Amino acid sequence: MLKPKFGGKGSPCLSALNCSPEPQSRALGCSAREGSGEGILVFLGHSLALSAKGDTAASETGSSKPAWMVPKRKNSGACLEPSHAGSPGVLLIPQRSTAGCWESLACRASPLLERRSRVVCALPCKSDGHADLSFQTGLRGILQDYNWKIQLKSSSTLPVSLTEMKSSMLTAKRPLSTSHSSVDSKEIKKFQLLAHKWWDEEGEYSALHSMNDIRVPFIRDTLLSMSCNYHLGNPLSGVKILDVGCGGGLLSEPLARLGASVTGIDPLEDNIRTADRHKSFDPVLAKRIQYKSSSLEEIVEESMETFDVIVASEVVEHVADLETFIKCCSQVLKPEGSLFITTINKTQLSYVLGIVVAEKIMGIVPEGTHEWEKFVPPEELEHLLESNGFSVKTVNGMLYNPLWGSWSWMESTSLNYAVHAVKSGAQGQSGPTDAPSEMDIQQRSATAGTAGTASDISV
Amino acid sequence: MAAARGQALSLLWARLRPRPGPRAPLRAAAAAAAAPAQPLYDVVVSGGGMVGSAMAAALGHDIHFHDKKIALLEAGPRKEYDHMPDSYSNRVSSISPGSATLLSSFGAWDHVCSLRLKPFRRMQVWDACSEAMIIFEKDDLDDMGYIVENDVIMSALTKQLDAVADRVEVFYRSRAVGYTWPLPSHSCDTSPWVQIQLADGRRLQTKLLIGADGHNSVVRKEAEIKNIEHQYDQSAVVATLHLSEATDNNVAWQRFLPTGPIALLPLSDTASSLVWSTSHEHASELLAMDEESFVDSINSAFWSNINHSDFIDTAGAMFRSAISLLKPSGTAVRQLPPSVAKVDPESRAMFPLGMGHATEYVQHRLALIGDAAHRVHPLAGQGVNLGFGDIACLAHHLSAAAFNGSDLGSLKHLLKFETERQRHNVSLIAATDLLKRLYSTRLAPLVLLRTWGLQATNALPPVKEQIMAFASK
Repeated sequence: MLKPKFGGKGSPCLSALNCSPEPQSRALGCSAREGSGEGILVFLGHSLALSAKGDTAASETGSSKPAWMVPKRKNSGACLEPSHAGSPGVLLIPQRSTAGCWESLACRASPLLERRSRVVCALPCKSDGHADLSFQTGLRGILQDYNWKIQLKSSSTLPVSLTEMKSSMLTAKRPLSTSHSSVDSKEIKKFQLLAHKWWDEEGEYSALHSMNDIRVPFIRDTLLSMSCNYHLGNPLSGVKILDVGCGGGLLSEPLARLGASVTGIDPLEDNIRTADRHKSFDPVLAKRIQYKSSSLEEIVEESMETFDVIVASEVVEHVADLETFIKCCSQVLKPEGSLFITTINKTQLSYVLGIVVAEKIMGIVPEGTHEWEKFVPPEELEHLLESNGFSVKTVNGMLYNPLWGSWSWMESTSLNYAVHAVKSGAQGQSGPTDAPSEMDIQQRSATAGTAGTASDISV
Repeated sequence: MAAARGQALSLLWARLRPRPGPRAPLRAAAAAAAAPAQPLYDVVVSGGGMVGSAMAAALGHDIHFHDKKIALLEAGPRKEYDHMPDSYSNRVSSISPGSATLLSSFGAWDHVCSLRLKPFRRMQVWDACSEAMIIFEKDDLDDMGYIVENDVIMSALTKQLDAVADRVEVFYRSRAVGYTWPLPSHSCDTSPWVQIQLADGRRLQTKLLIGADGHNSVVRKEAEIKNIEHQYDQSAVVATLHLSEATDNNVAWQRFLPTGPIALLPLSDTASSLVWSTSHEHASELLAMDEESFVDSINSAFWSNINHSDFIDTAGAMFRSAISLLKPSGTAVRQLPPSVAKVDPESRAMFPLGMGHATEYVQHRLALIGDAAHRVHPLAGQGVNLGFGDIACLAHHLSAAAFNGSDLGSLKHLLKFETERQRHNVSLIAATDLLKRLYSTRLAPLVLLRTWGLQATNALPPVKEQIMAFASK
């Protein structure tokens, strides 16, 4: 493995490369000659790309042919040859590239890199050793045009060796990776350890299992009261539901049994695997539920306005950015669609009972599951919902009785609570007033009464 | 340190919480790497007797089970009940109003009414060793219960099962020979359903198995559920009797002989059914004797005062005058049952009696109902009513679970069923057993005790109403 050689003026600042677990996929050596304007593209997991100028650094696979080349001080267009399409890549940017060179690079590199590949760029420094900020801004602009997500972090300009992991100076990521906007990676780690325990009804998730006894009827009855048809035996048939943060599928399965078509998403792959395995034994469920490992943002583009209902139960206290989350919900929801949220209030009582008693003393919830700082007061949630095109219809408090392991409804929302909100219709009747919506509901239930008697019994 | 204390406390809380304790270890699932060809049912009822068929019919007619698949396994052939024979069958049951409500909830009671049944309004129970007696009747002279032949009930149930044949599949001549139980919280790749192997090699899978296969339940044995059982030294003799004269036959008569209770249940104005629990030897004798002697022994069992003793009679009379001082309406005159003229030929039969109660009614994906869960002496006429009560409770909980989208085999709602029914059944079975033992003796102190007890109870309508309400649930 070659060690990079740096030195001299204007040497590129090499940023740390992401090492993937297998040893041979560690980024192989690179060499960047100062001032030479050569660029080296180093692929993680595959053979080396190497420096231009005919200098072939030995690659692991022994191929001496340059994989990608980003040559020339004068932007003469890169000659790029994809050697291994689809590999995660690291791109080292040469010195003094111009916009055109960048553009062609990005254009050709985009289809060949993995969706989630990290591309690490070493940017040229000025002679005083500091990073060239203007260059960075220009670069960022161009890469963003090609839908690359840019994460710019500054790092020291001292030369570092490849094996030292320092944060990258410029990291361009392909889009649709686990974005930093609503998924919190710390939360992911917490749930990783418990990914296999979902379906043990007496285990760590027993409180969530028993919560089904109130949240499923809540969702079911609300939806039934809003619709005119009732299919015997399948009250939710024909309803498309998105279960955000579905975990092991604890809530998706009951909703599917009631006839709905459920799409469950969760950022953690292990959870999705557990959920898929659990539903696979029941052919009815296997048909009605689809699980995907992704975050909400990632499915927004392909699922604009496709769902009748979104259920985000015990999720919003784990997301990083609630406003983005709600905006995405609004985008994937059909007009007049329903959003159901259950979460925990941020009060002193919820700290004492929800964190101290539940986690530390009684072990109802695994320790460290919740952070009081991320709890959401209902006023804040309502405000966010109303300002993003939702109209809040119901807010109900919930109470857990640890002795019997059962949940019940409660007037006060100082602990857990559930919210039902409806996305305003296409005509933009986004009034949050309750009176017209009540009339609306009464009208609907009146028609439901008459329509129901005519249409329901279809044995 | 704090973490350890926290852990200890949470363990303590875990034990204090009334969670289901570790159940008897189930036999682990055979490596059922998915055989997708095996049909998967939501509920399978094993046993097609009165209770099993009624369970399948109740679920089949439930609106929340509209799209579910139910199967009923019956070892015997399908019996056609196109028309009832003129003669009465010798197996009859006393159906309480609660059971009648259950049967009418899925439309079977109408069929029963259109076939034949006999309501009774009064029940007189008295002792052979004394004058004590107790009369049960409803204040408004409403029907206390109904005497219905078992065949009539089966006919009504079969008709209602046919009506929902798209949901309920009945497998006749199918005996289950093996059951494979799933591991409770399956985190591995074995099938989470109960596997049933039939005698003809077919296999079924189900999310919930309901065992209704009688007091020698195979399901209960395979699930290794402990059964507290006790064989009484008694057999019951049944027969269809014809009365000497037509009468307004709406009273059920029961007399406690030292050898066991003898009961006369009305079938029509001229016919009644006999249920005589007595020792094995006496039962065989009764079956062997000719019809004349049989009829004579029945009549003398009801009428003769051989077992009275002066001491008891005096004590009883004393107590009765005391009661009439305190409560003038608290005593009544004992009436005599109608006399029997002849017995239907070929209608005499006997079967052994016992008591049984399963320690658990439910396990993961398993529920026991009817005689599989509990077996009781016929002296209280409660056997099949307990079974119907089980059905009403289990169907209610399963219906709610289906409407909530829960897994039907989940212990959560099955335990609610078990708690509710055990509370009711255990008291009734214990009381019946106590009565049976109390009335099996001729010993003076116990006779005195039961004489006074019976007289006192007879004088207290609230107590009698409680008893009737409990028995008709």
